[in-house]
Amino acid sequence: MNLKTTLRTAGVALGFVAAAALPANAADLSGKTVEWTIPFSETGGSAKWANFFAPLLSEHMAGNPNVVVKFMPGAGSTKGANWFQKQKHVDGTTMFGSSGSTQFPYLLGDPRVRYEYKDWIPVMASGTGGVAYLNPEDAKMFDGTANNLKGKTFVYGNQGATRLDLIPALAWDMLGMNVEHVMGIKGRGDGRKMFESGEATIDYQTSSSYLKNVAPMVEEGKAVPMMTWGSLAANGDIVRDPTFPDIPTFKEVCDATDGCETSGEAWDAWKAFFIAGFPAQKLAFLPGDTPQDVVNAYTAAFADVQARSDFAKISAKRLGKYPMYVGDDAQAALNGALQISPDAKAYVVGWLKDKFGVSLN
Amino acid sequence: MQVFIDAIPFLVDAWRLILDPTVLLYLLGGVVMGLCIGVFPGLGGIAGLSLILPFMFGLDPIYGLALMIGMVAVVPTSDTFASVLMGIPGSSASQATVLDGFPMAKKGQAARALSAAFSASLFGGLVGAFFLTFFILIARPIVLEFKSPELLMVSIFGLSMVGILAGRIALKGFVAAGLGMLVASIGEGPFNGELRMSSYDYPYLVDGLKLVIVGLGIFAIPEIVALLRKDQAIADRAPLGAGWLHGVKDWWQNKWLSMRCALIGVVVGVIPGLGGSVVDWIAYGHTVQTTKDKSKFGQGEVRGVVGPESSNNAKEGGGLVPTLLFGIPGSGSMAIFIGALSLLGSGELEVGQSMLKNNLNYTYSIVWMLALANIFGTILCIGLSGQIAKITSIRFALIAPFIFMIIAFAAFQSGQNLMDLVALFAIGLLGILMRRFDWSRPAFLIGFVLANPVENYANNANQIAGIRFRESMEAGLAYIFSPIVLTLILITVISVVVGLRQSKSIMAEGAVTSGKKRAPMVFLMAVMGFIIYALVNLASIPDYAFVDAVFPLFVASVSFVAGLILFVQMMLKPEGDAVFADRAAEAEEQEMRFKLWPTLGWFAGLLLATSLVGFILALAGFLVLFFHFRAQLKPFQTVILSVAGVVFMCGMAWLLNRDFPPGLLQHYVTLPWPLT
Repeated sequence: MNLKTTLRTAGVALGFVAAAALPANAADLSGKTVEWTIPFSETGGSAKWANFFAPLLSEHMAGNPNVVVKFMPGAGSTKGANWFQKQKHVDGTTMFGSSGSTQFPYLLGDPRVRYEYKDWIPVMASGTGGVAYLNPEDAKMFDGTANNLKGKTFVYGNQGATRLDLIPALAWDMLGMNVEHVMGIKGRGDGRKMFESGEATIDYQTSSSYLKNVAPMVEEGKAVPMMTWGSLAANGDIVRDPTFPDIPTFKEVCDATDGCETSGEAWDAWKAFFIAGFPAQKLAFLPGDTPQDVVNAYTAAFADVQARSDFAKISAKRLGKYPMYVGDDAQAALNGALQISPDAKAYVVGWLKDKFGVSLN
Repeated sequence: MQVFIDAIPFLVDAWRLILDPTVLLYLLGGVVMGLCIGVFPGLGGIAGLSLILPFMFGLDPIYGLALMIGMVAVVPTSDTFASVLMGIPGSSASQATVLDGFPMAKKGQAARALSAAFSASLFGGLVGAFFLTFFILIARPIVLEFKSPELLMVSIFGLSMVGILAGRIALKGFVAAGLGMLVASIGEGPFNGELRMSSYDYPYLVDGLKLVIVGLGIFAIPEIVALLRKDQAIADRAPLGAGWLHGVKDWWQNKWLSMRCALIGVVVGVIPGLGGSVVDWIAYGHTVQTTKDKSKFGQGEVRGVVGPESSNNAKEGGGLVPTLLFGIPGSGSMAIFIGALSLLGSGELEVGQSMLKNNLNYTYSIVWMLALANIFGTILCIGLSGQIAKITSIRFALIAPFIFMIIAFAAFQSGQNLMDLVALFAIGLLGILMRRFDWSRPAFLIGFVLANPVENYANNANQIAGIRFRESMEAGLAYIFSPIVLTLILITVISVVVGLRQSKSIMAEGAVTSGKKRAPMVFLMAVMGFIIYALVNLASIPDYAFVDAVFPLFVASVSFVAGLILFVQMMLKPEGDAVFADRAAEAEEQEMRFKLWPTLGWFAGLLLATSLVGFILALAGFLVLFFHFRAQLKPFQTVILSVAGVVFMCGMAWLLNRDFPPGLLQHYVTLPWPLT
């Protein structure tokens, strides 16, 4: 037995301990096929996320069921989520994966939303972060504050005012920067290409894409990181993102910039939407009427995945160094993500109307 | 030059990686799987890659790459079967192949058309790989030159091919393209999400119509219905022997055309964001323009097969550049490819600049495995083509239900919604009418495919240009009128002028006799009705979201004016004029064994039954009834064929892990798969 298998056995054993500690016994899904529906196309980040977990889940679930990822794209994930809302427990083989783009329309009261997060049972959640970066020329004016950037006009490729791009857009607005939004970009990859070819002069990417595609540009001096969205500490404060300990957070930059406040309604709204969109960005759900033993089976399996000796290594590579929550912790993460005060919501709805002319009623 | 010399050791290492027997075995495995999936219209690289994705986790990178590349590489080769033999555009890569490939099959030259296509594909793939070996090293700065105005101009250049394919009455082709663009605009606007020609009460339309459905509906359904009505085999005369050697010779005689089209394929494929949707139209247009005798296009001109087929495999190679160097997938299958790459090994392969710096050996293996897979695939396909071409000599009534079954299944995969089938039927009806009245269906499809790129890039270019102009006049002008844009404008203008002059002699869909005034007039008025509806609907989009309306409103207005001129022409011209083309007036049409509506009724019946009892039960009933009553087979044969059809469909869906459309019955009763 070499070191690797020993570690793996230890990990599995740990997982068993964790599973045994759960109140009820877990269902066995042997011979069945778990269908994990992702409300996006095969091409997005959620697909990557689900494809990463699917084989691991199959390996660690009691009875080793087949786990397949199905895609149901449409209306920015609203279609798939509406579909999942109608699903009932049959034999425990239905699972759904949501993302920040599913959360935002729900929180903003989009008329197409016919789903209710509170009806669903979360079994796993994982987070991510984001980094905003500047072109080298404008970055010379950036001294940890946006004070010298205020006279400049920036161009940003925006996927849609009510999408996750709301986070950078609101942040730059709060800093008093003049950013022109080129709407209708098909994905953050296209936005990045616009930045590389010089059409856009400011951009943001989620962590995994930043590490892979922007970090080399930073090395070559073609891009300069400006700030991260930060990471949510246990006490609810925003602290530096452990994946990017050297890059200041938006909170720090805002604090240092004249006219930007890290308190008050704008800040509260930004923070609320950041919490909804990033620290628990992607969640795996079971239908609301799923019996406890099936829920336990999933929770135990995800706990086992997390306990793998090589998990930290492989997940850091593919998903970035972000927390993964299982079972009750996933529920807690979801609760945090859904807590948007009416004031914060009203602020963002009003801001979207003023800035982009988007009417949500 | 130093760049290329430095790359040589990596190229050598790449070949060392590829020439491992296990790697070749994986590659061959991928090729065989890709062929099996690719022959089904509408199922291509995405379905295939999703199938093997679960096995990628932790697999040795070179094995995984071999398997995936083998699969991706042969899809544009294998979908040629459907385009040539059944007139079904299997994927966007084979849209233009249908135009001349299918008429060749009808003339009994299916094997010739297939082997000409495969030889061209192989050659295109090799030219692509050779070109990429050098180009990939210097591609990055060139790709970055393609900003929104350049991308817009490439899309417009693609759109200008409408000029060549417009048919005898250029105005009709014009309106057809406009109609295609309007149909593509249905659904959520790309910028503010305002609804265009749809409502939240019909959620299906909000996402817009998918290319698979429109392609199948506009090309495949009219052909199937027409063939069924004749009740003969696809080929109207005895197939010409094996014919495959003839096809290879055809390709050899057109090797320079093949070379030029392959280069078009690589170059356009390299441009990120356009994918393959324009490549084969541009190649077809080029083929037409460089052929002296244009009268045979649309009636089985082999050059019309060689041109687009040379470009579509080369395009796969070109598409690797944005995928590998920028992490921007050029197509759906490339997107999965990127995702799968990170699952391989311990994740050491990551798309982006590192593919040139640290992993150039892997990049070169990808490029040359693509070429090698093309060789394997072509040999297999040519070997099979003689046998598979025999399908064209079977009585069509025996094949049609299976084709329809596969089309319906493919259409359903695009949205997992019963409405997919309704949309397929509706577009099919439009296709039938457009075919009947000689409105250019290729023009419609070009409009449909290119409406979104044109709209998006026009909008981006417009917004950014506005910002630049506010900076200074020079900055704005330099942004819009870059050398690339100016060159493309020049090429487009020449192409349109030349194309319009020639289009009268090119009947992309064969000659059509003219008939009475009434029916063509009614169809025009129905089209105008839709355009007017679009105008009214778009005008109601509120001011703050007006950017969502600008493009379709412009298209609708231009189409409206063109339609009006056409209407006046119809009023003034006498009966029998070309403007009143109507296939129903043809002698052949009168001899058709079956009427149009009962034939369509069979498919409508399948649709209706599906909505009641779900697809599989409906299909079983449909097959039994069709073979018994329409094809008049003996009970024994009926049962055998029906069972074979259902079993095949279930096996396919099980393998690809797909579901079937459920009906009302499934709403009340829970049934086991595949009846769900």
